[in-house]
Amino acid sequence: MSGQQRFAELHLDRVQRAFGDTVALKGMDLTIKGGEFVALLGPSGCGKSTALNCLAGLLPLTGGRITLDGKRIDDLPPEKRGFGMVFQNYALFPHMSVRRNIGFGLSMRRTPKAELNRRVDEAVRLVQLEEHQHKFPAQLSGGQQQRVAIARAIVLEPPLVLMDEPLSNLDAALRLEMRTEIRRLHQSLGLTTVYVTHDQEEALALADRLVVLRLGEVQQVGSPEEVYAHPVNRYVAGFMGYRNMIPVTVTSQDGERTTVRADGVELVGVKREELTEKAVAAVRPEDFAVVTETGANTLEATVEIVEYHGREQAVQARLRNGGQLHVRTSSRLASGDTIRLKVPVERVLVFS
Amino acid sequence: MTAVLSPRDRRSLQRASLKHRLAEKGVDRVLWLLVPGAVFVALLFVYPFLYGLQLSFQPKGGGNPFQNYVTFFSDPYLADTVWITLRLGLPAALFNVLASIPIAFRMRGRFRGKRALTTLLVIPITLGTVLTAEGLLAFFGPTGWFNRIWMALGADEPARLTHNYWGVLFSLIITGFPFAFLLTLSYLSGIDPTLEQAAATLGASKRQRFRTITMPLLAPGLAVTFCLSFVLAFSVFPSAVMVGNPAGETHVMSIAAYETALRDNDFAMGSAIAMLMALVMLIVIGVVLIWRTTLYRGATGGKG
Ligand SMILES: Nc1ncnc2c1ncn2[C@@H]1O[C@H](COP(=O)(O)OP(=O)(O)O)[C@@H](O)[C@H]1O
Ligand SMILES: [Mg+2]
Repeated sequence: MSGQQRFAELHLDRVQRAFGDTVALKGMDLTIKGGEFVALLGPSGCGKSTALNCLAGLLPLTGGRITLDGKRIDDLPPEKRGFGMVFQNYALFPHMSVRRNIGFGLSMRRTPKAELNRRVDEAVRLVQLEEHQHKFPAQLSGGQQQRVAIARAIVLEPPLVLMDEPLSNLDAALRLEMRTEIRRLHQSLGLTTVYVTHDQEEALALADRLVVLRLGEVQQVGSPEEVYAHPVNRYVAGFMGYRNMIPVTVTSQDGERTTVRADGVELVGVKREELTEKAVAAVRPEDFAVVTETGANTLEATVEIVEYHGREQAVQARLRNGGQLHVRTSSRLASGDTIRLKVPVERVLVFS
Repeated sequence: MTAVLSPRDRRSLQRASLKHRLAEKGVDRVLWLLVPGAVFVALLFVYPFLYGLQLSFQPKGGGNPFQNYVTFFSDPYLADTVWITLRLGLPAALFNVLASIPIAFRMRGRFRGKRALTTLLVIPITLGTVLTAEGLLAFFGPTGWFNRIWMALGADEPARLTHNYWGVLFSLIITGFPFAFLLTLSYLSGIDPTLEQAAATLGASKRQRFRTITMPLLAPGLAVTFCLSFVLAFSVFPSAVMVGNPAGETHVMSIAAYETALRDNDFAMGSAIAMLMALVMLIVIGVVLIWRTTLYRGATGGKG
């Protein structure tokens, strides 16, 4: 499959969607370049599916506009936009065989029989369903149904493929396998893809660019590295694995370097937002090092719960003031130990 | 498993395994609760049916056991009832099923006033045939509102819409439509709406979506709806008398059976007519259900 209609730029301009009084999508601005893999990331109910349905044309906008290479498309019905979509529940046609499901879009376009068969063959091979092509959806496993849904969407070589949590109904092992599969398809076909997920690991693994959403608002747009290492606010940080949010008092600021007091101890960190006196210091569990001596940027805590995870242990510890810390370490600890935890300055992010 | 079991544990283990053994043979003990109901049905339905069947082979005058059936088909006044009843029942059922499709289609989503509209569409069920017939007489009768407006619009004579075929057909449509509508609506809401959305993203227009997705998934349900509507319409009696012409144009099978059995006191002949009525219904239903087996009848993916 080659030669899909590449576009240069898809532009969302203050796209808004309200359901009665609830605004599910609050003025979303986003530019998607041809060939890109963009992930929309956020917890359940933050408006990801709404955004995707607006792009597909399944939901009319209540504000803003969508343009494709300068042409306005938000007033087109879904069948005129021609974007491929993979639904969360797959939405396979239960009364059609795998082949007819995959060929559905082509037959709607009145593709000549010979070409239709050739392209369906190709798509069936691409998703490795040769043995199952004459079965009906009810006779397939979840992973196979997923492959049919993907093949059905991409056989038309759409300019844009939309995927709504396509892996969320699969078990863990299959999820990893299909994730690689989706990435492989994207790389070999170069299809522009918008992928919705609530799983940050999935988004980081798949996407060229992440869009983090919260309550219908875009929080941050950036490459996986940017979002992972430099979250712009405490919400994105929390979503990107900064599980420790320690309430602190700001004592002094020197450019980015910020000194705060937490649990009677001074911590030095990096400021990520304009700060007032009350702030939070965000630290990833794996950025703590268990040390023996007291020193700068070191907190003291008591181990409460230890979970064995192979090479590492996941430890829950309690600060003297009652605050809880999550730590991942390869040191062997036991419940009741008093430990000192040191964290590098650049790994303490201070948010307002 | 050499652990010591108390007698009580052992008993409960045996009970469980009995249940499993029965389940393996396809026996569900809970279903035995249906036995009283099944007996009731046998007494109230199967027995009268078999009684009527044997009665129909004992003609009043004795002789040939098939005499009643021979009489029925050689007397045009009786034989024609089959055609007369089909001529009412088939179009009424067909119209009700077809008309319920677009309305149910529109009523699938959520919108303001849905409940009020549904109530309005379903009210005729609660009215009963007699009230409906009276309403029809008042509305479509020679001096009814319809004809007053019709005359005022310049017609030379009132339209004949009651005491004939049309009056009965209207009545069957009014009383039969709510059943067809409710059934169609529930079949339609059983179809997952994302299937149509998927078809739309694959380039199918509204019409193509209806033809390739909705109709194939709805058709088996429509077949059942048609059968039920047909049975309801086929056994028409009160409206055939009240708004029809029971001695002529709307001399339906049920009237014929009633007249022979209770007016002419020929129960055997009445039974024969009732048996033929059941036979005609079974043939129509059989044809529809055979057609239905050629359709996809699996899950339709909806919330059911
Ligand atoms: N059809 C609808 N009617 C009313 N509210 C809706 C509808 N669809 C979504 N919402 C609301 O919009 C918000 C975003 O929903 P959605 O986009 O489905 O979230 P996500 O896909 O991120 O889990 C939610 O608060 C949800 O309750
Ligand atoms: Mg969703």
